[in-house]
Amino acid sequence: MALPSYAGPLETTWYYTFRFICACIFVFLITPILIIIPLSFNVEPYFTFTQGMLSFDPDAYSLRWYEDFINNTQWTHSVKNSFIIAIASTILATTLGTLAALGLSKPHMPFRALTMGVLISPMIVPLIISAAGMYFFYSSIGLDQSFLGIILAHTVLGTPFVVITVTATLVGFDNSLSRAAANLGANPTTSFFKITMPLILPGVISGALFAFITSFDEVVVVLFLAGFEQRTIPRQMWSGIREQISPTILAVATILVMISIALLTTLEILRRRNEKLRGLTPG
Amino acid sequence: MANDTTADGVVLAADGLPLKASLTRAMRKSRIRALLLVTPLFVFVLFSFLIPIFDMSMRSVDNWHVGTLMPETTKALENWDGKALPEEPVFAALMKDLKAGAISREIGKVGTRLNYEKSGLRSMITSSARKSKKVKEGPYKPIVLKMHKRWKELETWTVIKRNTSKFTIGYYLNAVDMKYDNKTNDIVMQPEDRQIYSTLFLRTFAISLAITLICVVLAYPISYLLATLPTRYSNLLMIFVLLPFWTSLLVRTTAWIAMLQSQGVLNDLFVFFGFVDDANRLQLIHNLTGTIIAMTHILLPFMVLPLYSVMKTIPPSYMRAALSLGANPVTAFVRVYMPQTLAGIGAGSILVFILSIGYYITPALVGGTDGTLISNQIAYHMQTSLNWGLAGALGVLLLFSVLALYMIYNKIVGIDNMRLG
Repeated sequence: MALPSYAGPLETTWYYTFRFICACIFVFLITPILIIIPLSFNVEPYFTFTQGMLSFDPDAYSLRWYEDFINNTQWTHSVKNSFIIAIASTILATTLGTLAALGLSKPHMPFRALTMGVLISPMIVPLIISAAGMYFFYSSIGLDQSFLGIILAHTVLGTPFVVITVTATLVGFDNSLSRAAANLGANPTTSFFKITMPLILPGVISGALFAFITSFDEVVVVLFLAGFEQRTIPRQMWSGIREQISPTILAVATILVMISIALLTTLEILRRRNEKLRGLTPG
Repeated sequence: MANDTTADGVVLAADGLPLKASLTRAMRKSRIRALLLVTPLFVFVLFSFLIPIFDMSMRSVDNWHVGTLMPETTKALENWDGKALPEEPVFAALMKDLKAGAISREIGKVGTRLNYEKSGLRSMITSSARKSKKVKEGPYKPIVLKMHKRWKELETWTVIKRNTSKFTIGYYLNAVDMKYDNKTNDIVMQPEDRQIYSTLFLRTFAISLAITLICVVLAYPISYLLATLPTRYSNLLMIFVLLPFWTSLLVRTTAWIAMLQSQGVLNDLFVFFGFVDDANRLQLIHNLTGTIIAMTHILLPFMVLPLYSVMKTIPPSYMRAALSLGANPVTAFVRVYMPQTLAGIGAGSILVFILSIGYYITPALVGGTDGTLISNQIAYHMQTSLNWGLAGALGVLLLFSVLALYMIYNKIVGIDNMRLG
């Protein structure tokens, strides 16, 4: 889309105007996320840049909010909870979701559309409705205010992503490979772990990442189901914003942005690997 | 190869059985295997998700309170014609129920339930139950009528009689701003000043529509840029879309609070450049503006990604052909390029619209009072007012709107083509 050399003044103007508009939109997308990073080093308890920060006075910057985060047992507790819940529900969701995706991709799967609809439903139903339903049901069977309840709830919310990504990977899977394996004497289990699994692994991992982030970022269900003992990071941020807003939240937010950058990089590497494996792009 | 067909022409497989039968058997086996793989997740979703939601939606019609906690009254009222106050047997039954309810301490639930239909009935029920403990013997009618003045009103009895049935549409009526007229038992609109839910539904739809439109307007140019730039630049710029997409919702909401609050970054900038006075900083958050800005930012990637993937498939030669056939750039764009992107606009719009009508977190944190949506009202009735029937009714109405929209989405895009990341 480079500007051709024969472009007239009108086209040139439009070309630069268009680029400017796009730049503004990109700024809109990225600024809020980047701005919290410097703000989290503010020495004052404000959510904006102080005079000292703008003149790059080293005294205006500090790590006090990060210290506060590390020394505050409520926060450290919530970090631990978040990881326990997210990892447990990711493992469950990935296992169940991958199995179901394998079944759904078989050519003779009966009631395919209906089943898919049911399996995807947790992604479609607004979270507030899922949370309300789970609240009543889980408290009637004594699973509210327990880790198990939240893990199960997050597993359900994460499975649609695993089903979708793994099914998408299986579309490109060449079934003659597993037939060849069977022909060469592999039993179905061997053929699954030696042939199928390595090929669909990128899809499984990206599904698992989606499930992880779904749980890690989820707050509505936690609001309804969790007691004080099960508070997660987002839940802690929620009460931080509502009750006692302190820049510690910005420090936490900065750490979370770093985590999402790591996730994004992992996904991009997986995507490239997947394309390479399928021979879609050279090298 | 002599025995591969029978005399009447049926093809046989290697084991001597008809090929058709073996094939059916093999197909059945593979079908069962597929089903077995899907079953664990299916059962799991059914029990931990679909049944809870069904259970919640049943609460929106469930009306057990009067029938279960006042069984005698319910029975005695069966043949009451509703024209005049009931006779002594009904009052005797009522006294029995009140006494039982006062002992089990459950009678307050009846009061709460009846209070949704007519305010003041809760205190009537609880105070009468308290007084009933001292009542020794009848006739009960004059005693009850003296307990609370509302027992003398025909309306009270109409409300009780109506709620002796196991199911009610009362919560749905409430959710669409209607109610029973307690005098005539007809369904009428709520008085103007109490019509809050239709306003709220309309506002939710209007805000979602506005967010969707803003998303289309913002997503179109950058998707176009991303789709037409060489891959190495577009991959780099894609980070600007994907990083927000992958960043925690609460982080983004927090970031907008830092940006928009009156002592925040944006207002500081405005003051610095002299757009606004330091004394009259703009109120950008805890209102409708805050909700729209923050939600647009959060949902924009959901519009860019489908639009981008559609635009990526449009060959640039179409535009060049239109230009070389004499169309000016605007005509070529409107008549040739835009129609090809309609599917992407449709898919993205429905996705953004579905997500925004069910949104809870961001409006709750930055919405103030005029920027809250229907989800916030559901949460309010779940957690604060504890009117779970009404929460259920509002939830079911929201759920059906989302499902209807989702079916349209499925028609346009198809579940299988849903793209993530």
